[in-house]
Amino acid sequence: MEKNAASGGEQSQSFHMIQRGIITGFPIMLGYLPVAITYGVLAKQAGMTLLEIGLMSLMVYAGAAQFMAVNMIAVGTGVVEIVIATFVLNFRHFVMSLSFMNQLRGIALKWRLPLGLGLTDESFAVSAMNPDEGKKENGVLFYAMIFLIAYLSWVAGSILGGILGEVIPDNLSQSMGIALYAMFIGLLVPSVKKNLKVGLIAILSMLINALCIQIGFSAGWAIVFGTVIGGMSGIILLKEDER
Amino acid sequence: MIVIIIIGMSLVTMIPRIIPAFVVEKLQFKPWVNRWLGAIPYAALGALIFPGILWVVPNEPIIGIIGGLVAIILASLGLNVVFAVIGAITTVFLLTM
Repeated sequence: MEKNAASGGEQSQSFHMIQRGIITGFPIMLGYLPVAITYGVLAKQAGMTLLEIGLMSLMVYAGAAQFMAVNMIAVGTGVVEIVIATFVLNFRHFVMSLSFMNQLRGIALKWRLPLGLGLTDESFAVSAMNPDEGKKENGVLFYAMIFLIAYLSWVAGSILGGILGEVIPDNLSQSMGIALYAMFIGLLVPSVKKNLKVGLIAILSMLINALCIQIGFSAGWAIVFGTVIGGMSGIILLKEDER
Repeated sequence: MIVIIIIGMSLVTMIPRIIPAFVVEKLQFKPWVNRWLGAIPYAALGALIFPGILWVVPNEPIIGIIGGLVAIILASLGLNVVFAVIGAITTVFLLTM
């Protein structure tokens, strides 16, 4: 009897986490679908087959890098250059993963590994803004759902774009381009309301990023420096907040 | 040829993403490092938002800014992220009509 009750409680707890994960991850789907469809359309126009379009999303799973690669493939750039450019552009995920894995201490490696593989700007941002779930029982299911929704939306949207070809009117796809930025803002604002210093960290990082781009850094390195150096201000700014 | 590009891209993307999963377990960070890592999400959000948002519509940075302001206002009202997203999309759509 007791055992039953306990496992029943655990089940509803798991279910609750899955449900919360889906709700929390939904904005990523909203942001990813139009971007992924656009990627699929452009990749098709660059001469990639549907299989290649889907494979790239499945295996690389990095929006900005995929757009860049499609452009480079279209103009006939070599393999090595594309791969190096991808490394530079995606290196920011190393920094984000370090922060996220530190947040996930206590969660088993068998979970952290797929979460690391599925880390994108968006899945990281959404998860990092919900740090408390990691400490709850079955909290890992919450993160797993966010990551799964993001991944499936990206892959499905890419293939859809590859099948549909050019169907989305230009100004609609342009409007959709603001979706992920709006999501980042929507994630940041509540934290700033709770703690203004967090806003200061973000603004510093924005300025460093803009400065790096101004002096000619590639977008990839600019984001890495903005994040790492901007984040450094947290060493001092977040000092008093530690309990 | 494209398959080779995909495999190469996949490796150089995957490896930096998963190394921290193995490393963090073995390291015990000093408090200041933890504060640094704790600030990374906010710094990353900042760097991801600006200046990229200026280029949502080519050569029309003001449209990105207005879309961003709408998102800020909607999020400040305590609405769910989804509404900030929908509000910003609608704003940019109307401005580019």
